[in-house]
Amino acid sequence: MGQKRSTFLFSALCFGMAFLYIPMLLLIIYSFNYSKIVPVWGGWSLRWYKVLFESEEVWSALTLSLKIAVMNATFATLLGTLAGLALVRFGRFKGRTLFSGMITAPLVMPEVITGLSLLLLFITMAELIGWPGERGITTITIAHITFSMAYVAVIIQSRLAGMAQDLEEAAMDLGSKPIRVLVDITLPLLAPGMVAGWLLAFTLSLDDLVIASFVTGPGANTLPILIYSRIRLGLRPDINALATIIIVVVTIGVIIAGYLMLRQQKQRERDMQMAAQEVVKLDA
Amino acid sequence: MNDNATAAVDRSERSSMRSLTAVLMQRIQSGWKTLVVGIPNVWLLVFFLAPFFIVLKISLAESIIASPPFSPLVEWSEEGALILQVIFDNFIFLWEDDLYFNTYVNSIKIAIISTVLCLIVGYPIAYGIVRSSSTTKNILLLMIILPFWTSFLLRVYAWMGLLADQGTINSFLIWIGLIEKPIRMLYTEFAVYVGIVYSYVPFMILPLYANMEKLDMSLHEAAADLGARPMTTFLTVTLPMTAPGILAGSLLVFIPAAGEFVIPDLLGGGNVLMIGRVLYNEFNSNHDWPVAAAVAIVLLLILVIPMMLYQHIQSKQAES
Repeated sequence: MGQKRSTFLFSALCFGMAFLYIPMLLLIIYSFNYSKIVPVWGGWSLRWYKVLFESEEVWSALTLSLKIAVMNATFATLLGTLAGLALVRFGRFKGRTLFSGMITAPLVMPEVITGLSLLLLFITMAELIGWPGERGITTITIAHITFSMAYVAVIIQSRLAGMAQDLEEAAMDLGSKPIRVLVDITLPLLAPGMVAGWLLAFTLSLDDLVIASFVTGPGANTLPILIYSRIRLGLRPDINALATIIIVVVTIGVIIAGYLMLRQQKQRERDMQMAAQEVVKLDA
Repeated sequence: MNDNATAAVDRSERSSMRSLTAVLMQRIQSGWKTLVVGIPNVWLLVFFLAPFFIVLKISLAESIIASPPFSPLVEWSEEGALILQVIFDNFIFLWEDDLYFNTYVNSIKIAIISTVLCLIVGYPIAYGIVRSSSTTKNILLLMIILPFWTSFLLRVYAWMGLLADQGTINSFLIWIGLIEKPIRMLYTEFAVYVGIVYSYVPFMILPLYANMEKLDMSLHEAAADLGARPMTTFLTVTLPMTAPGILAGSLLVFIPAAGEFVIPDLLGGGNVLMIGRVLYNEFNSNHDWPVAAAVAIVLLLILVIPMMLYQHIQSKQAES
């Protein structure tokens, strides 16, 4: 009986992983296809990588996307950390319900609504105060910060909630000013969460098509906008090559990040054990 | 006496100095607190809340040929009186127009069926991960999260290659001789379901996993020891205990799926009506802003209950 269940679960896992990974594997394999028609095999070749690297359009879209992603991740991490701190450490304050509602709403808001409403805001603002004069990199960055900071705030929130307040309270009792407590104790403890938040905000920005295509202006094509405009009309071998590069880079990044986090966790456990041993020794 | 007086003045000065510092400190402290709450708050008020009122305002306007292409809500009449012009025509139009009505119904139908499919696919996977050894568990979780970090657009594109008439699946089926002519899969509703399940199943698996991990497995053993059959144990013990995870995961799939644009556009083509796509086209191709704004408001009204429900679960989880 138990055997049957574990066989079932094992095959469910295999099926699930195959479902998730086979499409991506095929995408990668076909990027090395010589043929111009994607599904027809014409022998191994790096032809489409050459086409991709020589395309100025792709390079400028990539540069624009990276610029936006870095700006977005930095500001979203700052704002999201402040928001997370406020939600977990300040208890009840005026307007908390609205505030926490506005923090979590972007997480589940359909992208078409966020995109449309931000575009209409930018147009209204341009009319009222003359800013933003032209839509493009700035408006996309602002739009991305608005939804990315919600993700950062959630990460910070869960990290803070899991973190004992003892250290902060001890420092306060010893006479530290609140601002010193924040800089010396809370922020260093939050650093891993902030790094994770930054990376997530960076990825979300690089990945966004819908909101960016609403709030962009003439000539400002991010990488997803460029990819979308090409694949709308069908399969393109150069996009397979681009996809392969993105998948490989992301996979390496995620594996390194996962490894580092695991190592850090083990280190922390070891430190705790050592500390506990010291305490035992002192007691004796 | 003189000495005494000086000392008294000195003392009162010092104490007032001290109280001044205390007040100042308090000010600074509440000042930085205000700043910590204030900065993100102002940002969200301007860039998140205000836009909705603008959308609402425009949805109540009339489409005109001008820049911007809608009539003003508030106008000064020639006599200097303020006129509030509210037009519900756009909403009445959406209600009466079969195309829009059917598109809403179809979007919700597709979102519900996709959510159920995600649950069927995701539940055993989440359960399988929970029952794995701790090293395998970490690797499996990483494998579930990994696609989430790669481009959403490219994952949808991968299915275009699989489902196309000359695509991998059709070529394979013809090659093994199962079919003679390619089956039409791309640009059908079927393709949209595959795309949504593929893209959103991690959102189902992760909350389910988080929920299952906290479960007390001894209850299963107790049920089994008492002679319950596996199916009975599952229905009476496991399923009710994982209900919070099922609800969270379902909302995380249903809400974005109902407003999805990319998947119906790339995999469904023109054959599948979904509201996200209609909204996008209404705005970008037809330039009918008031109708587009009304479409957005109605979509928001449909999704507001699921969204608040999700928020409620989230905040309850944050507290515990």
